[in-house]
Amino acid sequence: MKVPTLAMFSKPSEMATAPSIEKAALRSDRFRLEREADWQRLDAILLKLEKGRLRKLPDEDVLALPALYRMAASSLSVARETSLDAATLTYLETLVQRAWFQVYGPRQGLFAWFRKFLGGQLSRSIQAIWLDICIALFVMVAGAITGWLLVAQDTEWYYRLVPGQFADTRVPGASREVLLESLKVEDSASGLSAFAAQLFTNNAGVSILAFALGFAFGIPSLMLLIHNMAVLGAMLWLYNSQGLTWEFAAWLSVHGTTELFAILLAGAAGMHIGRKMAFPGQRSIIAAAAESGQRAAQVMIGVVLMLVFAALLEAFPRQLAGTEARAIIGIFMLLFWMAYFFGFGRSKKGAAQ
Amino acid sequence: MSASRLPSQLRERRAKRQRVMITPEGVGLPLTIASRANRAGALMLDFMILFMTTLTITLVIVFVVSGSVVESNLEELPGSVEFLFVLWSLMWFFAWNGYFMFFEMGPRGATPGKRIVGVRVASRDGDRLTPEAVIARNLLRDIELFLPLVLILSAPTGEGGPAGWAAMVWFAVFLLFPFFNKDAMRAGDLIAGTWVVDAPKQKLVDVLSTEGAAVAGASTLTGAQYKFGDDELSVYGEYELQTLERVLRDGKAEAVSAVADTICRKIGWNPGSGDERAFLEAFYAQLRARLETDMRFGKRKADKFA
Repeated sequence: MKVPTLAMFSKPSEMATAPSIEKAALRSDRFRLEREADWQRLDAILLKLEKGRLRKLPDEDVLALPALYRMAASSLSVARETSLDAATLTYLETLVQRAWFQVYGPRQGLFAWFRKFLGGQLSRSIQAIWLDICIALFVMVAGAITGWLLVAQDTEWYYRLVPGQFADTRVPGASREVLLESLKVEDSASGLSAFAAQLFTNNAGVSILAFALGFAFGIPSLMLLIHNMAVLGAMLWLYNSQGLTWEFAAWLSVHGTTELFAILLAGAAGMHIGRKMAFPGQRSIIAAAAESGQRAAQVMIGVVLMLVFAALLEAFPRQLAGTEARAIIGIFMLLFWMAYFFGFGRSKKGAAQ
Repeated sequence: MSASRLPSQLRERRAKRQRVMITPEGVGLPLTIASRANRAGALMLDFMILFMTTLTITLVIVFVVSGSVVESNLEELPGSVEFLFVLWSLMWFFAWNGYFMFFEMGPRGATPGKRIVGVRVASRDGDRLTPEAVIARNLLRDIELFLPLVLILSAPTGEGGPAGWAAMVWFAVFLLFPFFNKDAMRAGDLIAGTWVVDAPKQKLVDVLSTEGAAVAGASTLTGAQYKFGDDELSVYGEYELQTLERVLRDGKAEAVSAVADTICRKIGWNPGSGDERAFLEAFYAQLRARLETDMRFGKRKADKFA
């Protein structure tokens, strides 16, 4: 077999320092000594790439990399058939492996990826899981109605459903004034950014959990959604019983349209993985899990970004703005997300086809 | 590290973790699935690094805060302290969630802990490792590690009752997931389409056949000629050759003389002393020349029993 060598790239000065080829007693060692300089050069280029010093790499090295990689790969296949030098063989194997990771490694930086992500990739991923979003939406609405009906039948359910942190003054039988007080407008912005940061980390943690639980065929995700929405339904009933439905809805919607939408997406993304693993179609379960997992991961980045918005909205406009302003902001945010997720990526996809 | 370096039992266990990835050039590249012990070690190192870093930042922030206020509650914080508090909460979130993602998206595909241990994340189907895959595999860390540990600690106290035990068993499935598949994938690897492989670093060592007695079979020390006949060289195979190569490269005097003794007894020579290295170098070069010649004709001899 003829092995391609790269005469034009080799460095004569390096060759001179190596042991003389004629002196080598074995043919396989002569083979190695003839190509060693190129391997060392590839090694040096890889070291720079692995340290992330792509900018410092001279142009000729970047151009030589694919050729050097192919040469090392062909050296390896020849050496496997002709050489018994274990040290050289393992060196070549690790060298080709490292080169493979760099040559076929990620071509785009984090920044370029993020721009593509916001510019349509996120919307397309969300559109791809539409069925799961419909299921999750149905489950959430059903959960809220269940919560309402349970509490309407028997107020004892309120204490079972609503966790202690919400059931401070907001309990069945509380007067209209007490409930209105809990929806009041704050008069200064002090302390609110700390509140926002706490809200964000808490909500993001919960939504990551909702997603991760979806791995178990989606069932725990659904249960989490039902439980959370039952709490909401119970509180809605409470405020409705004192004629405060509109105020409560506005108070909730300012951040709730963003936050509930994000939780909906997180649950749907988790369920998507579960559904694809339960019904993989033509592919193997493992392939289906990997494909849906990567799609769901994109949705989850979108979820975390939405939760940043939600926390800011929850901390500032909700505490500082009046009922009408709250409702307008909430509806505007909902329309914005709907347009971005379901209108934006579609046209781009159509243009690409 | 060559496979022959280990005793046969370890070699077999290692062979179970070998996978072959076919590059687009058609060369089969051996990949070794990282052992579970290595990965656990890498995880502990990463958590230590993470913990020390976040602790240091927290202490610095506490130090700065203690300089500006003596006592206060959340409602009446001055602006600067509130800003630091926001910074601290966000730092905590991004450190714990972003650390693994940031490093695994880099050109090495490994966190500092993984790099120290010598493993990296790779895509299972031989494609490139995408940012989505890295994110997906790290989002599941909570239910694989922290929830099971919390439940294992809390279930025996009896607080959760039977439900607590059920939850513990359920989450233990995720914790022990890597032990139930041959590729040692954790649940996050499964949904991301990744696996963790050994990423050894190897230096190119010197050529043995250009040194000393390997060249002409003559000792530089005594000038004695070592020439071996066909029947003497046919005793050993490739496995013994590579063991001999290792002994010569390590260059430990006791090992060299012990191996020289064994070979002399096996091929019926009278063992000398003082010139063992030259003897072994000559034997190595001639055995390798013979085996490689046979190899070119399609005849391979795996070990002395073959």
